[in-house]
Formats: sequence, C-alpha cells, structure tokens
Amino acid sequence: MLKTRIIPTLLWKNIGLVKGIAFDSWRRVGTIMPAVKVYNARQVDELIVVDITATLEDRLPDFAEVEEFSAECFVPLTVGGGIRSIEDIKQLLRAGADKVSINSAAYLRPEIINEAAERFGSQCVVASIDARRNPDGTYVCVSHSGTRDTGRLPGEWAAELELRGAGEILITSVELDGTMEGYDLELIRSITERVRIPVIASGGAGNYEHMYAALEVGRAAAVAAASIFHFTEQTPLEAKNYLAARGIPVRSAKVLV
Amino acid sequence: MSKTLIVDYGMGNLGSVRRAFEECGADVFISGNPSDISVADHIVLPGVGAFADGMTALNAAGWVDALRRSTTEMIPLLGICLGMQLLADRGFEGGETEGLGLIPGEVRRLEPDSAETRIPHVGWNEVHPRCANPLFSAIAEGTDFYFVHSYHFIPLTADDIAATTPYCGTFVSALNRGTVFGTQFHPEKSSRAGFQVIRNFLAL
Repeated sequence: MLKTRIIPTLLWKNIGLVKGIAFDSWRRVGTIMPAVKVYNARQVDELIVVDITATLEDRLPDFAEVEEFSAECFVPLTVGGGIRSIEDIKQLLRAGADKVSINSAAYLRPEIINEAAERFGSQCVVASIDARRNPDGTYVCVSHSGTRDTGRLPGEWAAELELRGAGEILITSVELDGTMEGYDLELIRSITERVRIPVIASGGAGNYEHMYAALEVGRAAAVAAASIFHFTEQTPLEAKNYLAARGIPVRSAKVLV
Repeated sequence: MSKTLIVDYGMGNLGSVRRAFEECGADVFISGNPSDISVADHIVLPGVGAFADGMTALNAAGWVDALRRSTTEMIPLLGICLGMQLLADRGFEGGETEGLGLIPGEVRRLEPDSAETRIPHVGWNEVHPRCANPLFSAIAEGTDFYFVHSYHFIPLTADDIAATTPYCGTFVSALNRGTVFGTQFHPEKSSRAGFQVIRNFLAL
C-alpha cells in the first residue's frame, strides 16, 4: 500500500534556516546542512527545501549550495525558490534535486509548467500555491512570498496547473503558516476536490492531530510541516506512530541493518 | 578496478545517483560517450522524464547500439525509473516509441482503480520480490521503496518479473532478464533499503 508521507520543510534565507509566522517575522534557526543531515539520518520520507527570498530579491537559486546539501540527502529532495526558467530547473536537477517546486514563475508564465513536465516529466514538477483567506471567506493565490495578490482562485489555479502537467500540488495557507494552529482544512479540501494528482498540505501544523485532519478531512496525500519539528519536541517518527495508530498507512523506517 | 558507468543522456538526477553509488563503495564515472562502455563493469541507466524524449536522447548520442551490445557481453545493467522503462520494446509516453528492446514488453500509463487513486504514484510503497532475486538479497519482503512515476512496464513474460508493488491493482516494480535489471523505484532515494539494492547490484 502507498504510504502517507510526512515531509519536513526547511525554509532557507541567505543560507540560514529560518522560521516565520504568516510569511513574516522570519527568525534564524540554524543552517540548512545540519538539518538535512539529521533528517537524512532519521530516514524521513522526503524533504522540501525552499529559498524564500530568491524570487523577492530577484536572484537565481543557489545551485552550489543545493549541490552541497543534496550530497548529504539520500531521501527524495524537493527544492524551490527563485526558479524562473527551464534552465534553472535543469541545473537544480543536476545539482541533486529530485523534484522542483515552482510558485511565482507559474503566474508570470504558466507555460513553464508545460515545458518542465514535457522536458523532465510531470513527476518532478511540484506546483506550489500560497493562498490567503479574504475577509469574506474566499481565497486568493499570492506570489513572491505572499507579497503579491495574483487574483487567481486556488481551486481553479490548481486545476489549471494539473492540466499543464504538474505532478503534485503543494498548498500552503499564508495566514496559518507558522502559527501551529492547524492546517486550513477548507482550503486543502478545495484543492483535493479539484485535482487527481497528489496534494501536499502545508501551513499550520502544530500537533499530530492536525496532520490527521489534513489527511482525513482535507484528503491530502501528504503533509508538510516545519515549526512543529523545529520548535517542539514532536518528531516525524512520532507523527507516524500517532497516524499509524489511527489507521493511516505510514512507512516504517525500521529497515534492515 | 571495478568501474560503474552512469549513462549521461541529459535525462535525470545524475547527481543523486552518483552520490548514492559512491556511498555504496562504487568507483563511479558519469559519461556521455558510449565508447566508455568498454571500461565499465557495471552500467547504470538513470532517468526521469518522458519515454519518447529519453529514446530520442539515447539515439542521438549513439547509446542504443552500445547498450544492446553491452548486454550481449553480459555487463550488468541497471535501469532506474525511466531507465527501466526504456528497456522495453516500446512505450506510449509522448507517442508510440521504440525502446531498447532488452526486456520484452511495453510501457503504458497507470490506470487508476478507484476514485481515490492519484496519478502520478508518488511516495513510499512496498516491494514484493518474486522468488529469490539477487537484487533483493538481504531485503525483507514488503520493504518500502520510493516511487514517482505515471507509467509502468508490462513485461511480455512473467519470468522477467523480479518484484511487484500494489497500486492501481498490482504493477511490476522490478525486472530481471539475464544480466539486465530494472527498478521502477529509486534505490538512490530509498535510504538504507535502496543502498542494499545498489550493493546487491554492484556485487553481480
């Protein structure tokens, strides 16, 4: 049976590892490399590493840095932030990324999703959507680390990204990100109901119960989380034990030697 | 000195594959030149991407004949993900395309077997070896490996099936015919279990 993935997210800003709340007030919590090493040793299901300021500062992904930490990572690695062209994607895959996460570039030129899927296969194209909740309860997609309103509706945008060839959708609630108050289940559900590709829930996980809700109520295929693993004693392994006890299929890392 | 050649045809996560093989003790070199097969003891055909693009790239660089020849010389070959699919007679991703023809069969899109089944098949799923295959030596039945794909290999003969995995019914997750091996999963991204598969291959 396909196992539900628990994915630690590492946000990276000027080489330092950071944590923010609602896409703001970033605080430095170490460097990427030790975190990658620890998660690799713990055999996590997958890792997502995002350079959160590359696009804002209009600079390319740091390929050399990616090459350095991917060399220590023997679990699937998704890298995002600053991707603008097919050439950037090619270089990230060469540097050791297994998948790339594309966000802002897709609003500016949606064809980048088609081209990436055709060239490298849908399986390595993760389309990332950051959504903000309006006062009236509707949602809007935002880009450039939440600084620009795109006018796009998350459900419709997700459907378009799937049609263009995205292999997975990473959906993040801007308001709830970093708050540890729980995922935005309504937002997640609005995406999982619209697409047939796997959806990764992100933004707001504060305990294992939140993860369970994202999977069972939100119908997500995987959950991503950052703060819960960086700022609390909770671990991906414990999350799996909790979810397994509630009937969610998870991967045991207890394999041979 | 035993040398492992990683075929560079412009497709895929070469960095990941190289690092994992090095970690398993292989003396690795990445090459885009088919004549380098003459100094290789093991050959790895990695790959992510679409079948038609993969074959176009292999043909353009002259790998097709070189790889076919290497198998008649019994040099162990491991195809990973798209690399495994390209071993087929033909594939249907990006239009019907002739493959390397090293393991009889064809590559078709996974068909969801329920409304909840999502394609691509992404994540860790169990692998069930079919009888004792050297590729799965010292690996427990049902161990999880990492997959990310939308197409699957349908071999002509069940004799070539090395392992199966339950998704969209059951699909073939590893193949073996003579000295030709293939894994639909990514051993280079499957942590310790993946390293064991790599070590098993290098021991051939």
